[in-house]
Parts: sequence; C-alpha cells; structure tokens
Amino acid sequence: MADLTTNFAGGIKCPNPFWLASAPPTNCGEQIMRAFDAGWGGAVWKTIGEPITNVSSRYSSVDWAGQRMMGLNNIELISDRPIEVNLLEIAEVKRLYPKHAVIASLMVESKREVWHEMVKRAEGAGSDGLELNFGCPHGMSERGMGSAVGQVPEYAQMITEWVKEVARTPVLVKLTPNISDIRVVARAAKRAKADGLSAINTINSITGIDLDTFEPRPNVGGKSSHGGYCGPAVKPIALNMVQQVNSDYVDGPPIPMSGIGGVSNWRDAAEFILMGCGTVQVCTAAMHYGYRIVEDMIDGLSNWMDEKGFVTIEDFRGKSLTKVTEWKHLNLNYKIVAQIDEALCIGCQLCHIACWDGAHQCIHVDRVTGSVDGHVEVHAKPREMGRERIAVTPIPKLDAPKVHVGTHATSLERIPRVDETECVGCNLCSLVCPVDHCITMVERPSGLAPETWAERTNALVDRAG
Amino acid sequence: MDTGFVVDPDVAARFPDLHPPLGKRAAVVEANRCLNCFDAPCMSACPTHIDVPQFIKKIASGNVPGSAKTILEANVLGASCSRVCPVEVLCEGSCVMHGKSERPIEIGRLQRFAMETFYDAGGKLPLRRREERQQRMACLGAGPSSLACAAELRQLGFQVTVIDRRALPGGLNTYGVAEYKLRTADSLREVEMIRGLGVKFEVRDIDAAGLEELEREFDVVFLGVGLGAMHRLDVEGSTSAGVIDALEFIEGYKTGARLTVAPRVVVVGAGNTAIDAACAAKRLGAETVTILYRRQRANISAFDFEYEHALREGVKFLWTALPVGLRETEDGIALACLEVAPDEAGLLVPLEGSEFTIECDVVIPAIGQSPLVDLLSQARGVSMEWGRVVIDRATGQTTNPKYFAGGDCVNGGREVVDAIADGKRAALGIAAVLAGNEVANG
Repeated sequence: MADLTTNFAGGIKCPNPFWLASAPPTNCGEQIMRAFDAGWGGAVWKTIGEPITNVSSRYSSVDWAGQRMMGLNNIELISDRPIEVNLLEIAEVKRLYPKHAVIASLMVESKREVWHEMVKRAEGAGSDGLELNFGCPHGMSERGMGSAVGQVPEYAQMITEWVKEVARTPVLVKLTPNISDIRVVARAAKRAKADGLSAINTINSITGIDLDTFEPRPNVGGKSSHGGYCGPAVKPIALNMVQQVNSDYVDGPPIPMSGIGGVSNWRDAAEFILMGCGTVQVCTAAMHYGYRIVEDMIDGLSNWMDEKGFVTIEDFRGKSLTKVTEWKHLNLNYKIVAQIDEALCIGCQLCHIACWDGAHQCIHVDRVTGSVDGHVEVHAKPREMGRERIAVTPIPKLDAPKVHVGTHATSLERIPRVDETECVGCNLCSLVCPVDHCITMVERPSGLAPETWAERTNALVDRAG
Repeated sequence: MDTGFVVDPDVAARFPDLHPPLGKRAAVVEANRCLNCFDAPCMSACPTHIDVPQFIKKIASGNVPGSAKTILEANVLGASCSRVCPVEVLCEGSCVMHGKSERPIEIGRLQRFAMETFYDAGGKLPLRRREERQQRMACLGAGPSSLACAAELRQLGFQVTVIDRRALPGGLNTYGVAEYKLRTADSLREVEMIRGLGVKFEVRDIDAAGLEELEREFDVVFLGVGLGAMHRLDVEGSTSAGVIDALEFIEGYKTGARLTVAPRVVVVGAGNTAIDAACAAKRLGAETVTILYRRQRANISAFDFEYEHALREGVKFLWTALPVGLRETEDGIALACLEVAPDEAGLLVPLEGSEFTIECDVVIPAIGQSPLVDLLSQARGVSMEWGRVVIDRATGQTTNPKYFAGGDCVNGGREVVDAIADGKRAALGIAAVLAGNEVANG
C-alpha cells in the first residue's frame, strides 16, 4: 500500500500531498476542519492581511461542450475577516488537527516592519508554514501588493528576505504566471533563501461578455474588471511553468514546489508530482464539487502508485523532468504514422476531414474505388457523397438490405485510409478520433541514426569551420 | 382552405406526446454529444438530406434560429418530420454512435427542439432573395409532397397554387398521423408558414374536366395526390356499419368527430397504419384491441418500434389469421376466420378444420390504400405502372412533360419525408426543365 505522507519544504508534514489552495474553500476554520475530515492533507489559509471589502458578483466561468466550469475566473480579494479572527481560528484548527498542515497565506503592505509583525503573529498562532501571496492579479495589485510584487523580481526578493529575517517555519513564495518568464521571480525567491515555491497563481482573464448587455462577466453593477483564471483549462499552462521553474538551475538548484493550476483529480496530481512538485494545491475542483473529491484523489493516486510499484511520493517525484527538453534536442529521424484499426472504426470520418482541412491531406476516403498510394500533388475538395444520392426510407418488406462492403462492422466505403508516404505523424487524427485505440501512431523506423537539430546545425558549423 | 382548428380537449388528454420534448439545457447537452461527422451518415440517410451535424452544432452554440433555418432549407416540413419520421431506420439508425455501442444522437428530438423553439418565438420561413417569375404552377393535393414542391417553387420565384378537395390542407399530416406523434394543429401551423411565402391555397375537387382546366390555367402541374381510398375488406358482410377503415377512423378522432369506440375492436392488417389505428382504439377506450394478420410476426410491414409500441399500449396480435366472413349479431359482429399457412409456393392456404370466430364490435381494415387510378388515368399522357405514376427519378417529370409527380402516388405509399424529398426534387426539376426550355426556345 502506497505511503502518501509528505514532508514538504523542510518541515511541513502532512498525511498526503493534497492541499487546498488559498481561496474560498479555506476561508475559515470551520471549513478547513471539515476539509481535513474529508481527507485533505493540508490547507493554505485564505490570504490574511488588512481586511478588504469585496464586490458582488465575484466569479464567472467558461463552460465547454455542455460541461460547466472548464475555467473559473474570480475578482475576489484576500480575506475580508479581521486578522485576529483568522489567527484565532488557525490556533483552533492546529489544536484539533495537529497532524494536518496549515499554511498561512500572507499579504500586507510592502513595509519591513509590517511583514515582520504579520509573520510573527501567524507563526504564533501555530501555522506550519507561510505562503507569500505575490500572485493575486486583481485588485490587490492596484494597491501595490500581490502580483505587483510578483512581477518585479527585486520587490519579491526584498520582501522574501524581510520574511526570512524573522520566520521560523518554511516560507513559500507563490508565483504569478502573469509575467513573461516565471523563472525570473523564482530565481529572486531562491536568492532570498525561500524554502519553497507555489505555482501558479491565477492568470489574468476576462471570461466572456454578455451578448445582450455587452457587459463582461462577472458583472458588478454593469461593469467588470479582469480577474484571475483557474480550473481545468489552465492545467497545461501551469504544468509548463512548473516544469520551467523545476528545471532551472540559475541562482541555485530548484527548491521544493507546491504545484497549482487546474488540479482536479489524482491524474493531474500525479502529473504535477512527476514534474517535480512535492505537494499539489486544489481550488476550482473543490469549489465545483466540494471537499469529497479528495477521496478519489487519495484512492486513485494510491492505486496508481501500487500498480507502478511506487511506495512513496519521492519514488516518482520529478521522474518526467528529464523527459522534457528543448526542441533542438528532439530526434529528427524518429518517424511515426497513423494506423486505423478497421475493426474499431465507426466511420465518422473526423480523421479524414481533420487531416484534409487541418493537417497534411493524407487520410483518404476512397477505399471502395481503390487505393492511390503515392505522392499527391493536387487535392480535390473532399467529397460529400452522401448528399449526392437519392435516399428513401427503407421498408423491410420492399427494399433490399443495404450493401455492406468489407468484413468489419463499418462498411469499407466509410473507413478512411492513411497514405503513409504523406503522413507526417502529427497525431491530429488520433486526437480527434472518438474511439479509444482506433487510431494509433506506430513507429516506422527511418533507418537513419538519431539526429537532433542541434547536432545537425553543429555539424554544419563544423563543416564550414 | 381553412387552417383554424381547435383540438378536442378529450383527444388532447388521451393522446399526449409519445416522446416528451427536450428542454433547452437537455438539448444542448444532447447536441454536444454529436461527433459532427464528416459526410455524416445521418445526412445521407435522410431522404431530404438535412445537414444534421450542422443544425445540431447550431443548437449547441445557442444559434437556434440558425439551426431551424438549416433544417428548413433542406426540408420545409422539418417540424412535422421531427415528429413523424421513423428516425430509428433513418438518421438515428445510421448514427455512428451505434458503432461504439452508445445511444445514437437523438436527432429527431433535437430537430423538434429547434423547430418548435423557432416557431414558438414567431419565426417565419425565410424568403430567399430572388426574382419573381411569371410561370404559374399548380400543385395538386395539399399533402407533404405538394407542400414541399410548392414551397420550393415559390422560393424559386414561381406563382404557385396548391389545390385540394378537402377543407383542411396538410394531407395525411393533418388527417392521418396518430395524434400522439403529430397534432393536427401543428401540421396546420406548418402549412401557414408555406402560405406566408405567398403560396395560394384553393379547395377544388378535380375530375377529368378539372385536369383539362388546370392544364389551361397553369404552366406545370405537380401531382402530389397521394393514394385513394383504403382497400376494402373483401369478405361477405364487409359493408356492415361496424366496419370502418383505418384512415377514416384516425381522421374521425383527430377531427373530433369520433371520440369513443365500442369495447371490442379488431384491426385487420399489420402495417404502420394498422398500428396507429389499434393504438388509437385503445386510447379511445376499447377494452380489447386485436390485430389480425395473415402471416407471421416476421412478415409485418410495420416498423419494429411501432410493433413494440403497440404491445406497450396493450394491443394483442393474432398471427396467421385470415378473415373470411362477417356477420352482424345481436351484440356485435361475428368475424369468421381461418388459420392459414404458406404452401410450398408461398401461397397462403387454409388449414383444415381451423375455422374460428371472433366476437367483436368494430372491425377496422388497414390493408393498404388503393391508387387513384381513376383520376390519374385522366391526366393524358401520364404513364402509370402498377398503379403508380412513372417519373424520371432525378427531376420528377412524368411522361407528359407538363406533369411532374411525387409522393405516395409515385412510390406507392412511403413515409412523409420521402414525399417531401420527392416534392422538393420535382420543384428543382421543374425549374431546371423550364430553364432548359427557355434556352432551347430562345
């Protein structure tokens, strides 16, 4: 049985790597205790600072293909509750749940003594670690806090140094993605001796516009403001940024990372851990479905680890980092082509039209008229044969059954064919195919030795030299 | 022709929708299941070739008016088709989802959602931009085939008149479809849309002299007259008052003229109309409804889903039974039958000593309609074969170049959607032939 216990960033211990991110699900002690009961390993408290006034409404979302909340956007600020109340509740939670991790997320005015005071009070209340909110992209940034700090490496380094002057618990710096190179601020945090990082915070966004009123969402009395985007839609962006930071050796080796950004289930969590994260933080999924989603996260990750023979999180953490490289180090002589399993094909022809209109015109629907393998110079418009035929309602007593060509369930005339000489192995057909395992990409050894772009250009330079 | 019609509340209560309509949210979810196939099999299977993936994606994107217009562009009676089409053997039957063991997309209900949302919001048929043409077209019969032909001809700019002998237009859509599938009022609403294009409607009984008159009045006559009366039960005593043919029976309850039925009903025949009549008898209060068929279950011409629907309604089936005589008794009708079986040549022969009698109150023959030979043979130069008008499949033109034809009078009796496809194809054929003539004459 897999062991999910985690010891993060030099001393934050928790029963599993699943934390709730600093957000509405961690607004108060009562919520966090229920979350711990549900199984969460840790929680980053809703950012504590001088109480703010929020607006209504605060959230908006992007639905996709009939599914709700592919992405979530918010314009909520930090905690609207007095610092003292938050701290009292941290103490209470830690007293009742000593084995769970409670991280205090902090954001105060950019003054040394104010930060010192805040750090001491949070640690005094019993928090296991501190997360410096340098990421909040809306509202607070207009007041010189949040991403206004996170976008300027010098500020981020300075404040982190102030915090480190007094902090006794691990200090995590939360990074904003709203910057051209996220590694710049990560390096600043490393220079300031931060114990770890959290990434990513939300991405600047306007989710959409009401086409009747022309008002963007969320609507606050007829106006809107850009917010922070999160949820499943941002996962690929987060995963890339996490990889960039975790592979960066400038200003010292990578430091512990708590992965954030669209983590919705154990699969996402496993991916972030494979990319080097020690813990993951979740918000949107919990806001959508409640705390109980953690049950499957724990169960699913444990089962997967058992299946793969991993005993602890450390056994697979960072395993995929070495498998990301720069493009110039990819093998130019690796060749794959699409292969369609005719027995599984349902004849939707999405691969055909995707290849014709969106890729390299090498998947044909001409099985019945005969194959025309070979170099294709001129492409006629894909034919829509169905529209050209006169069709009538078949009446069993009167009409002969349809002629079925081929030995598979789908008639051969509807099963597309791949012209391997033209296929560039782009994957698109296998991505649009609605049937699992129907289109696979198979290797066709090129017979050439592996060669990368870097090697090829170096060879040219050598020859020229 | 009148389209004011109020359904009897009792009929409305007894014949509620067989399939409930989709709500907006459910429609979007269902629309999103559609894979958006290229050269979609559903589209090929539809006789009117509605661009199914296109109209479904428009529902998904919230463009319902656009969705309705996509449907109407291919099939002007898209609303009634969404309710009466046997989608199980057409679009939905060909859905690729079957190939991955998933439910097919509910194309029929999605089409109904788009059409009803459009019409309920006051949507009208979009009139194409085109020049008015002076040629006058008569569409004989006001059923689906003629309506489709008339609408398309009007969209092409011609002056079109639809002529029918009956008070309400719509043909079988108005008078002959089970009310739980298509309401008379909905059929009439669709006709109103076509009238809105500028198509004229006229009630006129056409006989031989009438045809001659039409030839003088109009440049082209489209024959969309459908079929004639139902075949009579050819047995002794079949003129009894207790015998009523299936279409008359269905029309009776739909128009409110017949709201009750005696307790014991026998329907003869096992086609789709027989099932409609049998289910209607059940809903009108019959205690027992028995369908008598001379062959086996496997031989019926009703669609499988219709057969299963009849079973669910409580209709009983009696196989290999052939009615041979009918006698009025004190308390109803005694229907004499024989049990029959096919001989080596496939002919049905009675089994010895198999005579039996069914006591009932009403006998409803549903053994097909006869062709309108009397009328059609008066259209000079229009060839017939097996009681059907012979046409050029691509244009709908008959052997008399002035006459075009489509629908049941050509195909012997198929589905509404087949008639619509015929009508539209004929309209395009008429336009093409006229254009050719103009070039030739010019």
